[in-house]
Amino acid sequence: MPKDVPIVAKRILFVSFFLLLLLLAVCFLGVSTGSSGSGFKAVWWALMDDSRSDPITASIIWNIRFPRVILAALVGATLSLGGLVFQALLRNPLAEPYILGVSGGSAIGAIIGIMMGFSRFPGVSMTAFCGSMATLLLLLLMTCGHSKFKDSLLLSGVMVNAFAGAIIMFLMSMTQDSRLHNIMFWLMGDLSLADMRQIRILAFVLVPCFCLVFRFSHSMNLLLMGQEVAETMGVNIRLVTVTLLVTTSFMVSITVSYCGPVGFVGLVMPHLLRLVIGPDHRTLVPACIIGGGSYMVFCDILSRVLPDQGEMPAGVVTALIGAPLFIYLLKRSGR
Amino acid sequence: MNTALAVHNVSYGYGATSILDDISFNVPKGAFYIIIGPNGSGKTTLMKIMAGSAKFKKGRVDIMGRPCSQYSRQELARTIAFVPQNIPDDFSFTVRDVVLMGRSPHQGVLGLERKEDGRILKQAMMFTGIDHLAHRAIDQLSGGERQRVFIARAICQKPRIILLDEPTAALDLAHQVRIMDLMEQLKREKGVTVVMVSHDINLAAMYGDCLLLLKKGRIVSQGRTDEVLTFETLEKAYGCLLLVDESPLGDFPRVTPVPHKLKLEI
Repeated sequence: MPKDVPIVAKRILFVSFFLLLLLLAVCFLGVSTGSSGSGFKAVWWALMDDSRSDPITASIIWNIRFPRVILAALVGATLSLGGLVFQALLRNPLAEPYILGVSGGSAIGAIIGIMMGFSRFPGVSMTAFCGSMATLLLLLLMTCGHSKFKDSLLLSGVMVNAFAGAIIMFLMSMTQDSRLHNIMFWLMGDLSLADMRQIRILAFVLVPCFCLVFRFSHSMNLLLMGQEVAETMGVNIRLVTVTLLVTTSFMVSITVSYCGPVGFVGLVMPHLLRLVIGPDHRTLVPACIIGGGSYMVFCDILSRVLPDQGEMPAGVVTALIGAPLFIYLLKRSGR
Repeated sequence: MNTALAVHNVSYGYGATSILDDISFNVPKGAFYIIIGPNGSGKTTLMKIMAGSAKFKKGRVDIMGRPCSQYSRQELARTIAFVPQNIPDDFSFTVRDVVLMGRSPHQGVLGLERKEDGRILKQAMMFTGIDHLAHRAIDQLSGGERQRVFIARAICQKPRIILLDEPTAALDLAHQVRIMDLMEQLKREKGVTVVMVSHDINLAAMYGDCLLLLKKGRIVSQGRTDEVLTFETLEKAYGCLLLVDESPLGDFPRVTPVPHKLKLEI
């Protein structure tokens, strides 16, 4: 590498490269796991379009497992990044789209969209986005001006979540619609509905959002120095905050409209990565995107492997891992 | 133009509450300018207005002879640096990372380090005596060390003016003098204009070239140290009995509050 490349750039490349290897490994594992069971070699042949591959295995891998793995990676990346952004902007280590109720809000929006018979994209995604923006505004209105901002934010999030849950149940009991057939599964975060066309749309929408967040990564560092200090270092606080909050809510609501509110993903990866690679958001943003993707693919594998029969929603696995971590972090931050 | 910072008829408040009422003053270039006043006199708000982070309703602030509103954010950040009263400690950036952030007004959006940044960074850390802490995390430092880290960060901005909001408030005597000496040195060696809000009248008397005395959002007195620090003005502003005499250390006033138990005997 040339000599005058800044240290930060080197660090970003190094961390991303390492995590990318991890992501590829986990994805390969994900593509190889499934009820029909096929060896790694057969999977490799199928992926490489080798003449020795079995057409049925290839079809299962390309049409069922591959989209699912990619969907998991995109969802994990989005939610981890969402957690990272919320934690930085709200200065709260426990902030996360699901815990704050933003996911719940977009779930309400999404269900309304499904009931009105909209298509996944853009219809349901847009109603989900409206739902998440409404909860975000509600949350900020409820907590602004509080001296104990940190605690009130979490409490408000819990209440918004409970309220959102009640509204979802209300909406569900109002309708006997067959469209809501799989809603319980969807509510816990379900990745099984993936198909390649949808994933292309999803990636097309999410990747520019990732880039936008990365553009503001250094502003997030500066914001941690305090609002006034950041402002006197040239940060346009209003622009940065509004752009980041809206972008994150948008990304999160899109993933919610595809696979339901998956909880606690935004808690695990940002904390783990901060421990390992430090607090610099310029490395944390790409690391959370790639690492969060790997984590979600891994959780999805567990959700397929753990039950004896069938599978469970990926949200069950993420909650089983994330909720205890939340309690641990809550206990530590109280000290 | 010999004025670094000019405040013209600035008023500030929210709702019916007025916090600053028609404030005007000039800070000469290269001065050590100290703003004093009792609690709730609007000192911190005034500081925020000068730093450009509070939008005021009426009045105008000129920086280096140009209205504040004509500056871009980056330009302003290269002219004025700000050291807050409460320094956050809830993150684990290293000292080097934080000081380097001071270079961001001179860098691109991602704050990638340039060649000259390393040299400026080193100078700022040597100047404030924190170079041995470079790789320590902020949350492991003492209050005085953190203060110096944030001052080094401000110096890295290469500002013409540096604003400090009660930098000595939570420090012991040795650290107080150390911070004040540092600012004095910055003023003398680099020609930076220092504007400071302080609660400590005696430190202000020792170091300040010019003083501004505020009370309830109005200016009580401004001018040279010995003009402002008379017992008539101070007693009016603080509403308590004070003894003002000449400091044994030199040609500046010394202010001593008179305890209630001694008042009867005077």
